[in-house]
Amino acid sequence: MYPTKYHRPASLAEALQLLADNEDAKLLAGGQTLLPTMKQHLAAPEAVIDLSASGLSGISNGGTMVTIGAMTTHAEVATSADIAAVVPVLNGVAAGIGDPAVRHRGTIGGSISNNDPSADYPAALVGLDAKIVTNARELAADDFFDGMFATALEEGEIVTQVRVVAPKRAAYVKFPNPASRYAMVGVMVAETANGVRVAITGAGEDGVFRHEGLEEALSANFSPESVDGVAVGADGLLTDMHATAEYRAHLIKVMAKRAVAAC
Amino acid sequence: MTEVTLTVNGKAVKRDVPDTMLLVEFLREELRLTGTHVGCDTSQCGACVVHLDGKAVKSCTTLAAQASGGTVTTIEGLANGSLHPMQKAFNDNHGLQCGFCTPGMIMSGVDMVARYKAAGKELTEHAIREELEGNICRCTGYHNIVKSIQQAAGEM
Repeated sequence: MYPTKYHRPASLAEALQLLADNEDAKLLAGGQTLLPTMKQHLAAPEAVIDLSASGLSGISNGGTMVTIGAMTTHAEVATSADIAAVVPVLNGVAAGIGDPAVRHRGTIGGSISNNDPSADYPAALVGLDAKIVTNARELAADDFFDGMFATALEEGEIVTQVRVVAPKRAAYVKFPNPASRYAMVGVMVAETANGVRVAITGAGEDGVFRHEGLEEALSANFSPESVDGVAVGADGLLTDMHATAEYRAHLIKVMAKRAVAAC
Repeated sequence: MTEVTLTVNGKAVKRDVPDTMLLVEFLREELRLTGTHVGCDTSQCGACVVHLDGKAVKSCTTLAAQASGGTVTTIEGLANGSLHPMQKAFNDNHGLQCGFCTPGMIMSGVDMVARYKAAGKELTEHAIREELEGNICRCTGYHNIVKSIQQAAGEM
């Protein structure tokens, strides 16, 4: 790891100030991606700003909506009774990220700000039509994720909360890479107040995306069979050492069917 | 440099260390607690698992500075006069061959038993295998490790 200066601000205001004062700083949430990246010399920030003491963790249940603090760990989301009461699909999404020790450190805010194209939360939050709250504004998940490892976050902006309204029904199914356990394809299917949404991770060249064809078919007839008639093309899908774009296109239909069946 | 204050295995420690020092380096190089191992150094293998504030974490993917103010338990801190039930179970069931992964396996085992007990859930053989996702053993094929954790779960 190249030298860096560690900061642990005691409030969000202090964190924002440090971020403004240190041009080449990185925010440190759970560190489960940033620290390995720094160890590999793929990132070398002059300063890291640890958000663990900035008052950004915790889950609150508003009856039909949950608010999840950005520094809430995957383990906390996985086991939260408040989340189980409002949007239980998120318990399972979080329980499937990484391994138990990683889930004790990794956070929802860190994961979505990193927007790894194979991460589970981007598909989950886009599928559930979640809202991402920052120190400055509130964004729809649709507008927040902006391509591979990119988000709509401006310089000096910090994710503070994620808000999720209870869907009518929802399920997330992924096909994990046998070695890394990251999603080769993960599909969130959700029936929300604003219709059926299908969000896919692991497959797109530009990260998470929604599939209009699947959404239309499932809006007309919410059943696993209605996935059969949808054409899912390989255009815009990833090809890498693990799978071709065509294979991923096939997996999207299989995972979507399983998700609808599990709803 | 940054000042790191920790309670490690019940003892207060304070050191000035580089900001980039990992928790596992702090434990092994500053405190000479070499029971915690570095296997892959990329958060895959789990040989470096310790408990930070009561939770299993990968100490190769945590800065010492992040842990500052917290409480750490390492493999050296488990036995209290006699072996911890998890240590005894690994001994009884020969839950190891070369032993390199064993400290991490035992710390993860203690963590999973505690979590399942707190949640009132049964730690089945299947659950143990799933829970060991972040701990790699290249010798045993896991069978005796799983048996060891099952035995300890009944005794903890």
